[in-house]
Amino acid sequence: MKIAIASGKGGTGKTTLSTNLAVYLAEKESVVLTDLDVEEPNSGLFINGELTHHENKYKMVPQWKSDSCTLCGNCREVCNFHAIVQLVDQIMVFPQLCHSCYACSELCPTDSLPMVPEKMGELREFQADKLTFIESKLDVGQEQAVPLIAQTLRYVDENYSEVMLKIYDSPPGTSCPVIEATKDADLVILITEPTPFGLHDLKLAVETMQELKKRFVVIINRYGIGNDDVVDYCDGENIPIIVKIPNSKAIAERYSRGELLYLVVPEFRAELDKLIGFIDTLNRETEQ
Amino acid sequence: MKIVFTSKGTEWVSAIDPRFGRTDYFFVYNKDSDEISTVDNRAIVETAHGAGPQTAQKLFELKPDVLITGNGPGGNAARVLAQGNIKIYVGASEMTVKEAYEAYQKGELKEF
Repeated sequence: MKIAIASGKGGTGKTTLSTNLAVYLAEKESVVLTDLDVEEPNSGLFINGELTHHENKYKMVPQWKSDSCTLCGNCREVCNFHAIVQLVDQIMVFPQLCHSCYACSELCPTDSLPMVPEKMGELREFQADKLTFIESKLDVGQEQAVPLIAQTLRYVDENYSEVMLKIYDSPPGTSCPVIEATKDADLVILITEPTPFGLHDLKLAVETMQELKKRFVVIINRYGIGNDDVVDYCDGENIPIIVKIPNSKAIAERYSRGELLYLVVPEFRAELDKLIGFIDTLNRETEQ
Repeated sequence: MKIVFTSKGTEWVSAIDPRFGRTDYFFVYNKDSDEISTVDNRAIVETAHGAGPQTAQKLFELKPDVLITGNGPGGNAARVLAQGNIKIYVGASEMTVKEAYEAYQKGELKEF
């Protein structure tokens, strides 16, 4: 089962939940935790593992050949991403804007834009007993998260097809990176906080998941602050709230030290047990 | 000589648009013929990424001698503009087009 942990709003507990859930589950069975927030991965702060693999990741971008180019302008016209600018006597390529669609390269009448690899980031894999932890990180200056997320997902699929439980720590927001990170998930957990900001962004995330036709549930973090609007909204929309993690100073203190919460905060562990119970039920449903 | 301003509107009294890539209009003043014209760039709002190079391409096609704007172009747009002989002046954010032109003539704007 693939479980993506997402949120609309940032800072609501995606990483806290992902890391604790993954390590807790890995006490009993093999788990792959993947940090897909490639713009600033931080699950690794909570995982103590041994580095077992490291590779550079590349995307394909066009490279202009001035000697054969006739400056017909076709490449600029077909580029949907404004990655190509045509000046009086030259073509300029902006690799950060390129989506590697190959249109300019394939449609160039004189083959003056061959595609070449450009490094966009790095993937690292760590092992800690039954837990495999994978994280990818974009290089500074790279603007496109989606290609790296897609390649990271492929790496997990190709290397860990036999592991039943896969947890994906998704980027925040509701734009392309989130869609890429959640599109293969069997279950999406939307974690939010019970505040007006949390509710506003939760609604956007819910609409996104409905559009993607995803099975999703809600977890409320820092329950006790704010108001009841998130609960009322979920009830009205028939969205199950499976867990409410209490607002607690003990949790904040442990988190700020980079500690895993379920080991030291019993009320957090109790909520995690509820979530694991829910996942077990889903697994049994799928097996039947 | 052709001077292009990034502007919020199509009049001399329109405000300068401080943004380059996402400017609403180009206000074009041809000093030699004393004629003005404008280019509507508002469709740029639909562009999520790459506004800078796209607008720079549009500016380039106007073949201006001088660009007067507010904050100054970002990295991508600046890379394009550096390929042309366009003098860029910034710091006109709070002015109207007319005020910016006067400030430029008095040498009060900063060259980018």
